Amino acid sequence: MIPELGHFALACAVALAFAQGVVGIFGPSLRDARALYAAPLLACSHFAALAGSFLALVWAGVVSDFTVENIADFSSSATPLLYRITGIWGNHDGSMLLWCVILSLCGLAVALFGGNLPASLRARVLGVLGLISGGFLLFTLTVSNPFTRLWPPPLHGAGMNPILQDPGLAFHPPVLYTGYVGFSVAFAFAIAALIEGRVDAAFGRWVRPWALVSWCFLTGGIALGSWWSYYTLGWGGYWFWDPVENAALLPWLTGTALLHCSIVVEKREALKAWTVLLAIATFSLSLSGTFLVRSGILNSVHSFAEAPNQGLFILALLAITIGGSLLLFAIRAPVLAASGIYAPISRESALVLNNVFLCAITAVVFTGTLYPPFANLLFGVQLSVGAPFFNQTVLPLAAPIIIAMGFGPLLAWKRADFAPVLQRLYLAGGVAAVVFLVMAANRHIIAALGLAGGAWVVMAALTDLAQRTRLFRVPLGQSAARFFTLPRASIGAALGHIGFGVTVLGIAGMTLAVQSVVVLQPGQSTKLGGYVWTLQDIHSAPGPNYTQRVADITVADKSGVFLRLHPSRRFFAAQGTITNDAAIHTNGFNDLYAVFASELPGGGAELRLNEQPMAPEIWIGGLIMALGGFFSLSDRRLRVGAPARKRVAAAVAS
Amino acid sequence: MRPPKRRRLYLVLACGLCFSAAVALGLAAFSSSLTYFLSPRQLVAKPPPTGQSFRLGGIVQVGSVSTTLSGTTPTTHFAVTDGQAAVNVIYTGVLPDLFREGQGVVAIGSMGPGGVFVADEVLAKHGAAYMPKDVEQALKEAGKWNPKFGPPPAASTWNTMQVKAGS
Repeated sequence: MIPELGHFALACAVALAFAQGVVGIFGPSLRDARALYAAPLLACSHFAALAGSFLALVWAGVVSDFTVENIADFSSSATPLLYRITGIWGNHDGSMLLWCVILSLCGLAVALFGGNLPASLRARVLGVLGLISGGFLLFTLTVSNPFTRLWPPPLHGAGMNPILQDPGLAFHPPVLYTGYVGFSVAFAFAIAALIEGRVDAAFGRWVRPWALVSWCFLTGGIALGSWWSYYTLGWGGYWFWDPVENAALLPWLTGTALLHCSIVVEKREALKAWTVLLAIATFSLSLSGTFLVRSGILNSVHSFAEAPNQGLFILALLAITIGGSLLLFAIRAPVLAASGIYAPISRESALVLNNVFLCAITAVVFTGTLYPPFANLLFGVQLSVGAPFFNQTVLPLAAPIIIAMGFGPLLAWKRADFAPVLQRLYLAGGVAAVVFLVMAANRHIIAALGLAGGAWVVMAALTDLAQRTRLFRVPLGQSAARFFTLPRASIGAALGHIGFGVTVLGIAGMTLAVQSVVVLQPGQSTKLGGYVWTLQDIHSAPGPNYTQRVADITVADKSGVFLRLHPSRRFFAAQGTITNDAAIHTNGFNDLYAVFASELPGGGAELRLNEQPMAPEIWIGGLIMALGGFFSLSDRRLRVGAPARKRVAAAVAS
Repeated sequence: MRPPKRRRLYLVLACGLCFSAAVALGLAAFSSSLTYFLSPRQLVAKPPPTGQSFRLGGIVQVGSVSTTLSGTTPTTHFAVTDGQAAVNVIYTGVLPDLFREGQGVVAIGSMGPGGVFVADEVLAKHGAAYMPKDVEQALKEAGKWNPKFGPPPAASTWNTMQVKAGS
């Protein structure tokens, strides 16, 4: 019964979403106050219906109702409770529903927190969100219904793919989806602004917090996913330039650009049309990324099972959303004349430079990701574009960004001078140079460049903070007091830059990783990275819904054994699959990583051992970036409805 | 020139420079790092030069997987087949969890001496019922499977199936 209620609620949500769309978009032109206030109400009820539907599916998962096909296929009675819930979004139909729930949650947030928006703008924003939601809900309801019943029900259920049974993956999809979907709000604002024909500083102020929230979630989601693939898949890598990963990276790149250029709109009223275009592009990339991978058009190592009949529906939805918004942009963009004027060397120009390079990276990643399916379609050749392509193109384009990131925040708005900025950055430059020389002396040129770049970004951001608080030039207490009165947005921005620098450090450090694949008999040992790794024993151990073979490895340095690692191989009887559970020891700056690859008939264990310097910094950096974003979000300017003009002026002057 | 115009010129110049750099980088990288997909049959018919990287896709031939040790370093040997031809592959490293005989596999690497494919990376798909798209194409071309006549045959039978010669 409950699943039927969920199904019904889903159908209600479709109707409510379309109603929200139509009332929201056409309501304001009716000049009827009731139409303006209907849109937020519809958004609330649309969310309520969808939340009810999702809870019904979760309930079916929790009680293991195997008459629901979705539950029977991806859950089993032996699956632990946490994974019975998270398994809901571990498959295509359920994840579609989650996607729609988050979209309607965004609508709810606009309805609740948008009280200070002009009523017509709010209605139009909600209308755009309603139409998008309606389209995808219709898809969920008709083509990929998660409530399909199954009769007779199986006794146990097929069970979850053991690789997905992991806490990292449990939270990766919701976080990532919140990031993807959150950009829909920026998109809706852009479309609404195009319809209204007005983009001003207020537009920048409204779009920025939304873009910022979704950017934080997207950053967190990508970092979580990368961390998950690092420790679960047992490959020891963190980024494979797989289409799924690229699909998340593309909106992150344009989203980062959007974040930066909305500052320009807010403060200087320049780059308006460009900001609107970026908002459209970011959400379009989010959409196409999510769904091209789903529909099997992009061939990926970790896409869901293919469902060709769904492809056309999705393509049509994408074409309407993206094509329609770009068409609207083309018609209305000339209305958006820029008014701010700035010199070639200024904060604005630095932000433009950031945008140009981010978009160039987006373009090459986009080309590399989509070239193979198009080549197959057009020329009938099967080829793939692998990591070498992306490394050769993205890294050279990222280098100028890294250099500019040091200068940018120190430049003044409107017109700046390079010389004093250079003077203030001597420390950062010096640190970067020392790092480069030390590493280059050890003949690690690539790592030297990367580490120097990371150090430069981190030091430059710290310098910026130090300058603002007049650290070491006034007594320490006074500096601290200054720190707490700094606009939170500027601390957030510095944190974001520091986080990026730390990630760069991590990525650069990982190029120094060493690896070896060995077969050891119990008692034998091998050397790697200055340590002696000894296989002590192989034994069996029980698990909740698997059995496992565990290898006991000791790691010793000159002073003796300091670490025991227990990588295991897990046998999942229900699916007949085996997974490797890697053992990772980290001290924050260096990971020792062991995988139990297989057990040989002769009695030995095949192990893969890695030493990965700086690996944790990759995700710590991602975390710092996301935290910086959230911190910036708590800025008074963004919370207060009608910001005091004076305050903005003060921020510009500082 | 008046300042706004000059400013715009700088902007256009910067964008132009950056995008031409992106295009140049992209083209240079494209020509050197595009990897083609070959099935064992195509590989045997027209072997690529030694050292050129490509992807080899097919089914792991049943009974072909073995591991040899030199010191403590293991090397895995297996054969990839599409029912028409088989290619021997050697690989040092951890095989994916889903790698097994009779299952679809994609190996990335190049031809080594003696007609052996040296794999740098071996991929198997997460999901047992899945067939890699590349492998599916290779099977169709090899005449093993015509989608008009139903689902593909069970993977474990592919390398023992009889196929008319020259198809």
